[in-house]
Amino acid sequence: MKLRALAHSRTGDKGNTANISLIAHDPADYPRLERHVTAERVRAHFTGIVSGEVTRYALPQLGALNFVMTQALGGGVTRSLALDAHGKGLSAALLDMEIPEGT
Amino acid sequence: MKSIRLGAGAGYAGDRIEPALELAEHGALDYLVFECLAERTIALAQQARLRDPAAGYDPLLEARMRAVLAPCRTNGTRIVTNMGAANPLAAAEKTRAIARDLGLTGLKVAAVVGDDVLEAVGAGDYEVLETGGRVRDLGNRVISANAYLGAGPIAEALARGADIVITGRVGDPALFLAPLIHAFGWAMDDWERLGRGTLAGHLLECAGQITGGYFADPGVKDVPGLARLGFPIGIVSEDGTVEITKVPGSGGAVTLATCKEQLLYEVHDPARYLQPDVVADFSHVTMEAVGPDRVRVTGGRGLPATGLLKVSVGLIDSYIGEGQISYAGPGAVGRGRLALDIVRERLGLTGVRASELRFDLIGIDALHGPRLAEGAEPYEVRVRVAGRCDSLSEAARIGNEVETLYTNGPAGGGGAWKSAREVVGVLSVLVPAALARPSVRMIEA
Repeated sequence: MKLRALAHSRTGDKGNTANISLIAHDPADYPRLERHVTAERVRAHFTGIVSGEVTRYALPQLGALNFVMTQALGGGVTRSLALDAHGKGLSAALLDMEIPEGT
Repeated sequence: MKSIRLGAGAGYAGDRIEPALELAEHGALDYLVFECLAERTIALAQQARLRDPAAGYDPLLEARMRAVLAPCRTNGTRIVTNMGAANPLAAAEKTRAIARDLGLTGLKVAAVVGDDVLEAVGAGDYEVLETGGRVRDLGNRVISANAYLGAGPIAEALARGADIVITGRVGDPALFLAPLIHAFGWAMDDWERLGRGTLAGHLLECAGQITGGYFADPGVKDVPGLARLGFPIGIVSEDGTVEITKVPGSGGAVTLATCKEQLLYEVHDPARYLQPDVVADFSHVTMEAVGPDRVRVTGGRGLPATGLLKVSVGLIDSYIGEGQISYAGPGAVGRGRLALDIVRERLGLTGVRASELRFDLIGIDALHGPRLAEGAEPYEVRVRVAGRCDSLSEAARIGNEVETLYTNGPAGGGGAWKSAREVVGVLSVLVPAALARPSVRMIEA
């Protein structure tokens, strides 16, 4: 199943670093996010887009994760050649990730 | 318990104006705050000021002030904004002129100056955080250097009776923190409260992004009334607890989900949100829905400030040339790819000097590259070629090579468009807080 079924997400930008939140629609599903959406999986999902590191921060009381991705915005918002220089659409790309059903 | 009502009247320089008017008229606000200064905006404003010494503040300042000054006066609402950009004093003088024009006499307008540290940063030996290089090695490409000031000078202006406070570069949450420091008498080393006030400011600073803007996903996250989205009100108690709400009857929604998304927006380590006045800690924040369109946020914390200020250095970075053209119907993707191949070859044949080039098919791979794009071919695609050059004239050649696809490229190309622009980039350095010497200038209408 797609992450979109379990969670919502928003992207922010600072320089050449993007952050993507991932928030469970139902807090009961948060442990599944924590289990399946690791920093390594997110790094792999964004191969070719993120050339730096991916760090994950957890806020279990909000059912939320925050992924910080360095070297992710084509050299930085102010100079990038990309159509979406802010990387605003990266949140939707994360929600396209597949995770196993029912666990 | 005493509480203060803060409204957010803008989340960026070009934001809608009617929601701010709605807040001024119906928000029962103590303060209306406009955050209008993105990373690069101040560098562009500095360029405008170099061309015209009376310019360099937000182009929408006049429209915003004309909309809200009278209702704010009527309702006893004070205004705090960073619309001063590169010229807070000129913005204050303009605001005074507008107030007089509207017949509003006796208004006190304060300008916070001193964020411009171009000279001091140029004279020192500071490392650029993004590149590891030195500011002084950037030479005459540098056009601005502005320190993110804290809430102190804004609170001082309020203590001196300012009805309107206009700043240049300050930390965005400081625009909201300052009224709280002033109203509640919070000490500048009460880290816990400064952390909570920063949390309130962070939640409010992007205006509609916490009331349902930048959120809707039909069928999954529906939001009513986005065309008349209401901007947020933060009701802050003396202990720093904040409730987020909006004007009843306005569009949008304030829910746990909208508040959670905004809490993490542009945040890296939630336990260390670095601001000039405090290191705020959002990692223990909890939220509770306490009514319709009303969410209470608690658990913010704070740690002592670092003693360093971030400085944004604006510089002439490069020139970007770009061209686009569309293809539709059967074989659209194939013709789009052929078009990209032709332009790639033409840029080589004609010797266009570009340090970086990008070839996109909008509809296929422009946003996230080819790997995430799978499945059925779209009915239409848009070719996009962009490149970085050392001059505007060289950059213009890129768009020209896309435009000539009309008569020289694949069949059925339409809607060609081209541009060439100077790119002002932004780099960051950290300086000791003492390097910036903010001060307040008061004028009266």
